[in-house]
Amino acid sequence: MQYTIQVNGKAQSLSADPQMPLLWVLRDVLDLKGTKFGCGRSFCGACTVHLNGVATRSCVTPISAVGSASVTTIEAVASTPTGRAVQNAWLAVDVVQCGYCQAGQIMSASALLAKNPKPNDADIDQAMSGNICRCATYSRIRAAIKQAAGLPTVDSRDRFL
Amino acid sequence: MMRRAFLRASLAVGGGLLLDFSIPGALAKARGAAAGPAALNAFVQISSEGIVTIVSKNPEIGQGIKTMLPMLIAEELDVDWGAVRIEQAMSDPARYGLQFAGGSRATPLNWDALRRVGAAARQMLVSAAAQTWSVPAAECETQSGKVIHARTKRSLSYGSLASKAALIPPPDLAALPLKDPKDFKIIGKSHPGVDSPLIVAGKPLFGIDVTVPGMLYAVFVKSPVFGGNAVSANLDAVKSQPGIRDAFIVPDSGPFNGLASGVAIVANTWWLANKARDQLQVVWEEGATAAQSSEGFAKQALELQAQTPAAKVWSEGDATQALAASAKQLEAAYSYPFIAHATLEPQNCTAHFKDGKVEIWAPTQNPDAGRKIVAKTLGLTDADITIHMIRCGGGFGRRLMNDYMVESAWISREIGAPVKLLWNRPDDVQHDFYRPAGFHFFKAGLDSAGKLQAFKDHFVSFGQDGKAASSADMGANEFPAKFVANLELGMTLMPLGVPTGPLRAPGSNALAFVFQSFIDEIAHAAGQDPLQYRIGLLGERRVVGAFDSGRMIDVLALAGEKSGWGKRTVAKGSGMGVAFYYSHLGYFAEVVHATVGAGGRVTVDKVWVVGDVGSHIINPTSAENQVQGAALDGIGEALAQVITLRSGRVVQSNFDDFPLLRMNQAPPVEVHFLKTDHPPTGLGEPALPPVIPALCNALFAATGVRIRSLPIDPKLLMRPDLPA
Repeated sequence: MQYTIQVNGKAQSLSADPQMPLLWVLRDVLDLKGTKFGCGRSFCGACTVHLNGVATRSCVTPISAVGSASVTTIEAVASTPTGRAVQNAWLAVDVVQCGYCQAGQIMSASALLAKNPKPNDADIDQAMSGNICRCATYSRIRAAIKQAAGLPTVDSRDRFL
Repeated sequence: MMRRAFLRASLAVGGGLLLDFSIPGALAKARGAAAGPAALNAFVQISSEGIVTIVSKNPEIGQGIKTMLPMLIAEELDVDWGAVRIEQAMSDPARYGLQFAGGSRATPLNWDALRRVGAAARQMLVSAAAQTWSVPAAECETQSGKVIHARTKRSLSYGSLASKAALIPPPDLAALPLKDPKDFKIIGKSHPGVDSPLIVAGKPLFGIDVTVPGMLYAVFVKSPVFGGNAVSANLDAVKSQPGIRDAFIVPDSGPFNGLASGVAIVANTWWLANKARDQLQVVWEEGATAAQSSEGFAKQALELQAQTPAAKVWSEGDATQALAASAKQLEAAYSYPFIAHATLEPQNCTAHFKDGKVEIWAPTQNPDAGRKIVAKTLGLTDADITIHMIRCGGGFGRRLMNDYMVESAWISREIGAPVKLLWNRPDDVQHDFYRPAGFHFFKAGLDSAGKLQAFKDHFVSFGQDGKAASSADMGANEFPAKFVANLELGMTLMPLGVPTGPLRAPGSNALAFVFQSFIDEIAHAAGQDPLQYRIGLLGERRVVGAFDSGRMIDVLALAGEKSGWGKRTVAKGSGMGVAFYYSHLGYFAEVVHATVGAGGRVTVDKVWVVGDVGSHIINPTSAENQVQGAALDGIGEALAQVITLRSGRVVQSNFDDFPLLRMNQAPPVEVHFLKTDHPPTGLGEPALPPVIPALCNALFAATGVRIRSLPIDPKLLMRPDLPA
């Protein structure tokens, strides 16, 4: 089937099986390698992209379901002020260990902040618990989201400080 | 006698200074590094414009080594970190010596050696400046990439000196003076990961991102039963699927870390190759392992524990007699399951076999071992194989094995084209080198004052012919060995057809749980505070083997202080637990505060970690990140992870049934380093082991229920005062 999808502000025409997940279209057809494969079943969030600004697991989103939705990937996340703030906070907090999940984490975090500019720890838990970090950089992801939001980075769940 | 270090200097392309060092084994040994002819090596290049390029020789798996190793060189070279460019080395043992990521070894192996590499380059630059000015080298200083002659107020940049310095005879590495640590400008300061700007922008850095012109994509379907062989398959049906270029049976090459039998499917895109598996039907010859199961091993272990251990690991005094004579006796059976590594980046490798040579792009922790097994399997020599070390999306020990590298090379040869092999998640969960399960049967005897008089462990583990399976062993220094008058550690092995291997803090990640939990039982039986009881067990400050009990006493005491041990009011349903463990040369004591809620649900509220890894924390931001990650990794293992073996195959297949820790389960982890006058050691692993018993001990404090088997079963923790 022929499809034209909107990726990072550009129309992309391609031929693919209707069931081919957006993840593999991005990676192997459009050569956008930033979006990662982790599980293929939406369990880990490594493949998170934005569809019309909503964090979406591209590994279970068939190309036929994308339609005219605007797809944003990690490669273009810095095109919005929120996305750029998240990226910068990730660097300032030095979040990364292996880095493999971080594209997905940043996409989920920037979707959260676009909707909820001042999230609390419960909001962060809810928005981010679909993204696994195997290195468990969770404390820093939490801090980086708050830093990007201009909030104090203290963990409000810590009753022992 | 120390042999003089071999050092070679030559002109780089473009006229810069190129230093190429090999440090003979004798020197490495004298510096307390690994025994044997371990060659260490580093590579510095300075352009005439003053750009300093430092090669990072080890695989980057998320442990931060690509940033940390060059920091050591840059410090002694005396350049600004901002002027440094870092390049990832190829796998080239003749040039760089050991290149691996394992055992938290990079810091102890390189702390001295790589600083000397930097100091040698600095000295050559100083000599070049001194010659230029006709002044004694001793009058010259360096600062921020410049040589300075203070008396005449002259200075020259490293860039302008580089080509002259390359002609200076290299100095004796061993005799080089190193900086006084108080003058460190880079070591001890936080430096964010050098690849992070590329990672947050989604640049293609990982193995899975590698693209080679003309590359095809492959999946490799192995026998669900370990050691099974593909007899036949409906290859024609598979080949008729869209986009499929080839499908063929691959024979078994023998060892677990090499080529297993299976069916390769090659396609124009990976998704099509993977999709074609839906049509694949294989007749497997399953082999003997089909009779093995987790349940069967548990039964067998229970039968074996009643017998005398097949092998003695360590004994002192007379544990049997002392046990019989003791005022109070304890007995407990502990166990833990197989678990998988589950790196988030599934195993993958890109290979191009051409004209009898193979070029490989691999996320690997142990490239040279991969080279050797590829050479052996394909009938090539080591020199025929070029390996690019690609950033790994997690390692945790999984990528010390290179099975996926061999598969990729084989498939490329068969199809005569470059190929990217990628496993799907079920492949990854079901074809790992698992942390072995284990069964421990403990006995202890206390005197009337609560002092531990007798200690026994019969460890029923896996292995054959008296040799434990990989990561299934126990050493003679397993605490409290050598700290109790009467002790007996014994082992009995069960044959296993499932591959096992090192998982972050191998051995220790399981042994810490059973020993530090049983010691907690002993402390409670003695009616004593579990932290103070441990300090008492450690006794007088002394060194036993490589273990310094004084260092452990100090981290325990500080963990108590930082966590408010014994001083906090703990709510009903909550508890605090403590544990310590020595592994990978690191001393760690950890305290967990946990709460049990309705249905026995466990919430880990906080973890306090105190570690002693010597005199310097080389890169503090990375060090804290590693320690927090290790502690959370252990909590994830304890809460939920189990690999179940049934009919010789793994039941679990993805993150729904093999869950990893998530954001909403991850407690704050407070990290403190106790700096002591010892050479710095590694941090990738040693913070993990004690967190598991600290958590289980906290759950005992919260509920009175002792967790003796992992993962933690919430049903055991149900509180009568709360709904189920």
